Amino acid sequence: MQTKIYIFFCFCLFCTIGFSQNTVSGKITTQQGLPLSGSHVHIGTKTVSSDVSGNYLIKRLPKGNVKVYVSFIGFQAIDTLVNLAGDQVLNFALKENAAQLQEVIIRQKANTLNKSLLEQKIKTETIEKFSNQTLGDILKEIAGVSSMKTGSSVVKPVINGLFGSRIPVINNNVRLEDQQWGTEHAPNFDVNAAGKITVIKGASGLQYGGDAVGGLIVIEPISVKRDTLFGKTILNLASNGRGGSISSSLHKGNDKGWSWNALGTFKYSGDREAPDYVLSNSGNREANFSGDIKFTGKKYDVSGYYSFYNTTIGILSASHIGNVNDLYNAIKNKVPWAVYDFTYDINNPKQKVQHHLAKLNYNYYSDQTASLAVQYSFQFNKRLEFDVRRGNFNNLAALDLALTTHAINIDYKKTVHDWSLKSGFNGSFQNNFANPATEIRPLIPNFDRIEFGTYGIVNYDISDSFSVDAGLRYDFSQVQATKFYFKSRWDERGYNSEFADFIVGEQGNQWLAKPSFTFHNISASTGFHKEFGQDLYWYTNVSLATRNPNPSEFFSDGLHHSTGVIELGDIALDKEQAVKLSTTLQKKWTAFSVEVNPFINSIRNFMFLRPVGFEKNNRGSFPVWEYQQTNARLAGVDVQTHWKINNQWQHDFALAYVNGRDLTNNEFLIDIPPLNLSNKIQFAKTEWNDLKLELKSEMIMRQNQFPDNNFITNIIVNNELTEVLVDISTPPPAYQLLHFYSEMKFKTFGKSNTTIAFSVQNILNTNYRDYLNRQRFFADEMGRNFQIQLKFNY
Amino acid sequence: MKNSKILAVTLIALVTFSSCNNDDPIAVNEEEVITTVTTTLTAGNQIITLTSRDLDGDGPNTPVVTVSGDLIVNTTYTGTVRFLNEAVTPVDNITDEIKAEGVEHQLFFQAPAAIGTFTYADADSNNKPIGLAFTLKTGTAAATGNIVVILRHEPLKSADGVSSGSITNAGGATDAQITYPVQVK
Repeated sequence: MQTKIYIFFCFCLFCTIGFSQNTVSGKITTQQGLPLSGSHVHIGTKTVSSDVSGNYLIKRLPKGNVKVYVSFIGFQAIDTLVNLAGDQVLNFALKENAAQLQEVIIRQKANTLNKSLLEQKIKTETIEKFSNQTLGDILKEIAGVSSMKTGSSVVKPVINGLFGSRIPVINNNVRLEDQQWGTEHAPNFDVNAAGKITVIKGASGLQYGGDAVGGLIVIEPISVKRDTLFGKTILNLASNGRGGSISSSLHKGNDKGWSWNALGTFKYSGDREAPDYVLSNSGNREANFSGDIKFTGKKYDVSGYYSFYNTTIGILSASHIGNVNDLYNAIKNKVPWAVYDFTYDINNPKQKVQHHLAKLNYNYYSDQTASLAVQYSFQFNKRLEFDVRRGNFNNLAALDLALTTHAINIDYKKTVHDWSLKSGFNGSFQNNFANPATEIRPLIPNFDRIEFGTYGIVNYDISDSFSVDAGLRYDFSQVQATKFYFKSRWDERGYNSEFADFIVGEQGNQWLAKPSFTFHNISASTGFHKEFGQDLYWYTNVSLATRNPNPSEFFSDGLHHSTGVIELGDIALDKEQAVKLSTTLQKKWTAFSVEVNPFINSIRNFMFLRPVGFEKNNRGSFPVWEYQQTNARLAGVDVQTHWKINNQWQHDFALAYVNGRDLTNNEFLIDIPPLNLSNKIQFAKTEWNDLKLELKSEMIMRQNQFPDNNFITNIIVNNELTEVLVDISTPPPAYQLLHFYSEMKFKTFGKSNTTIAFSVQNILNTNYRDYLNRQRFFADEMGRNFQIQLKFNY
Repeated sequence: MKNSKILAVTLIALVTFSSCNNDDPIAVNEEEVITTVTTTLTAGNQIITLTSRDLDGDGPNTPVVTVSGDLIVNTTYTGTVRFLNEAVTPVDNITDEIKAEGVEHQLFFQAPAAIGTFTYADADSNNKPIGLAFTLKTGTAAATGNIVVILRHEPLKSADGVSSGSITNAGGATDAQITYPVQVK
């Protein structure tokens, strides 16, 4: 065991000053010169953490001898005295702690330079708890994040009331391009591949894009900076669905030379069960792989990454309906019409989705304060949706889309004194291919999209307790689509007056059109972060986001099978622009901390579906909803508190409220999450094998603010057509759920350890429906679920 | 810096050689769309044809419903229903598919009692009705009303009352629902 300590001190006198207050800055690196971001630096009475480049800065230090303490997990700490006589640069190179370490080290990386918006983070520990679930389920741990679901396996995150295309997901520095326009399309991502997840409730992450009207989700993989090899296996067994998952990973870390990670996940579940019946055809399968290899040189690193996500998800049989009479019956009967015995089989309707992501990265650290990153990424998303069809068509996908995206990102970072600057460029090319072999007119047409973006973000520390930041981004986007329109639809939409130029051909009763759109967008963000004494922090940020219409908003053209609604896009739609003001007050006492985050998001040209009338065909009469634009305003507040009652007991509370208004039509917005409150009480005792017991209560109120989209239809009662009201608007009643979680850790042999967890979701087997579940008209949510998790670290 | 050169070359290669399919697409003529539902009622020499035709499927045009004549009171008609897709050439006869998959399909007929009562005249392999063939016994007095023909896919044929023509417990998804205005004279 090598225990020698190497300490490098580089004293460079920077400038002399007349005041007795001095500034000390410098860089914390490994001995190989790699920056250690997030190192703890303690000088005199002040503490800071080093930034992403390992740089730190402490101002207003007294003259004379001060104690200096620098530490970073996995490295030997430096503890020394320094005589300060003016501003100084103190660089430290930490020696790796070669002594055995049980903990996995996850490199902390700051996501943005915007310190004016408090980012919400989810740690590995929490991610592991949700190993058997989805990204959307994990994110609900954060106040203000809820989920839009289709059944139990398709879960989309909702941030402060917005979802889908308004919330880009950034996985490993690559923007996920996986057809997020669809409400029943969950992000194609294996949660086990996440080391850390950050939620930015605003558009301030300008380096990732300017269209984050709702917010951003940034996922970082596990990355090990230490010379070690370790593995992790998580095994889950769940009673509801009678299935489980296994995820295994191996990590080879290195601070110089080669390092790599590999992960495989397999999930298998049969039909889920509501308290009173089987949710027939709600099983799912998932088989994922991801791996990366990295070479770290003295001033640069090169890495390659590949991931493959492959899933099959059953869609509740009872949710397949043909017309609004079926929908009326489903709502009235309250019990799904198709309830069969439990099975592992997945029949139609179902989704089969594959997502490939490959990328190459090159990072160059020119000196201690500047770095350049170049990345090329390739994504291929294949989405097959199978519907209940006649005969051999049953084996043919009803929707078959292939989305290919190439992207290049170049980012440059520089820190000078109190200024830090980040700027970059990105370009992407995207192609969507809608396979006509489905024998169904595709929901989303073929299109090519070219995008370029450039941004700059600057952060300035006015004092060590007050910093301001500002960012600006420009995006160019050009979309060219190829789509067949029924001539009747083209006329009904009134496209002939404005868009006759788009028509390039004719086949039978359809026009072949090539709509083309060009957008120039500006987005921006600015704000400040102020620290008052006594652990009181104030963050305020204003951001401007600009989002172009997505393919479904432009081109939707047909019947939506689970809602019995004809949805129509509009090629006349303009981009939507949001200004979000968000402010957070954070106060920490010794045992209690509270965070209050009110926000207001004002959106011009907000795109949404609005009922406009009815259309008849041989299947019956259908309500028609079309994409329209309005001025909308979302305002709300998120509150989080943490109370450390004593060494064993902890309490967490979270509340989220959002009010969404359509200002033009003076209505409420649809699909806004209702007020929700969560309480969690935890008992932990280290001496008893790290025992943890948690009881969590979730209170979801009834949404009383909703637009009235109800409509009248004719059904047959006693062989006569009778008018009935189809109530698709009224949200389900409030509900409360109780969940239990417990875990214990055991040392097995050598360095390895095992964690055993037992949990129960929905302890009381409560019957409930959720306003934001697309299947709320058809069936109750999942009932009680017992789950056992075994986690091996080796 | 050798590594960075290799990387640059790789990047350029990847971008340059990544192809994209940009051919003009083929219009999809939906094979399964039921554009035309024809119900034929025969009694002796009288043939009444009830048709609903909608050539643009999910498009905005409303189906054109035609009824060739009036029904006669107190008469038993032999009825058949044909489902066609006339948007494709040659015309696709969906009736055959429904017959072949009789177990997964059932037609339901609804009309006020004054118009008449319906009885199934065919059966699937489980000896449950399909409804492509039926009889209609018209009422004893003159009446005006609607005959509604509904085609359900994957109905629960063994549910209560379903095989005798009651749609209440049938479940399934509606593939066609046609309302024909008729007169019994």
